Amino acid sequence: MWAFLATEILFFGGMFCAYTIYRNLYHEAFASTSHFMNVTIGGINTAVLICSSLTMALAVRAAQLGQKKPLIWLLIFTLILGSVFLGLKAVEYHEKWVDHHIPGPGFHYADARYAQQAQILFYLYFAMTGLHAAHMIIGAGLLITLIVMAARNRFSAAWYTPVDMIGLYWHFVDIVWIFLFPLLYLIGHTK
Amino acid sequence: MSHPVVPIKVYVGVFLALIALTFTTVAVSKLELGEYNFVAAITIAVVKALLVVLFFMHVKQASAMTKLFVVAGFFWMAILFVFTLSDYFSRNWLPRGKWW
Repeated sequence: MWAFLATEILFFGGMFCAYTIYRNLYHEAFASTSHFMNVTIGGINTAVLICSSLTMALAVRAAQLGQKKPLIWLLIFTLILGSVFLGLKAVEYHEKWVDHHIPGPGFHYADARYAQQAQILFYLYFAMTGLHAAHMIIGAGLLITLIVMAARNRFSAAWYTPVDMIGLYWHFVDIVWIFLFPLLYLIGHTK
Repeated sequence: MSHPVVPIKVYVGVFLALIALTFTTVAVSKLELGEYNFVAAITIAVVKALLVVLFFMHVKQASAMTKLFVVAGFFWMAILFVFTLSDYFSRNWLPRGKWW
């Protein structure tokens, strides 16, 4: 599983690298965009994901101990928290749509000096959070599979490998967000 | 993939630390620290990621082989960053040659 996660690290790593390059090229423009990010929703979403990581870790623990009921409930909680994250993300995307902050012909930026450069940041914003959200959606699908498998008594204290693997995947997606949140929402906030 | 069962206490402790660090990173971002805002944000993010990797992902108790794969993953990302950025940042260091 960690071999797969290593490829995922590089997958996201490429985007973080692109972000780093453009942030250094267009420092001021990038800093100015964080005013238009919804820190409240971003912060709540960070907390939601951390909570979901806790429930996932506890689900793996329940699986280790062969406790079927707690396992199913903890997986359901994780799924709910993941859905809350995606729901709030949709609210944020809608905000960007209303503010004309979606890159393309309709893009409009308050500070005309930075219009072009800010568009690059919003492009990166949608690429990075979009890829992250895609991972969340896949993760939700995997969780549903786990819940069904657990309900059908497929796991025991002796064999719970899928729960362990998908747990690792879920935590990895959480880590990506741990980096996305400060980079996209918080940096340049004082300016 | 069997690893010892970790007490719930540990998970809750890590969880509380992660939530506390999230509040810290938001609070710190409101301070005027210049370039150190970036340093602080990344440092906190790295600490949070380490907590998740070591405790939630059980790497702390994992076999040497698993640890090797984890380190290799991040090491390769470091290669990606170092080589790409050393190119971008050093492009204007030398005067342009006449053959350009």
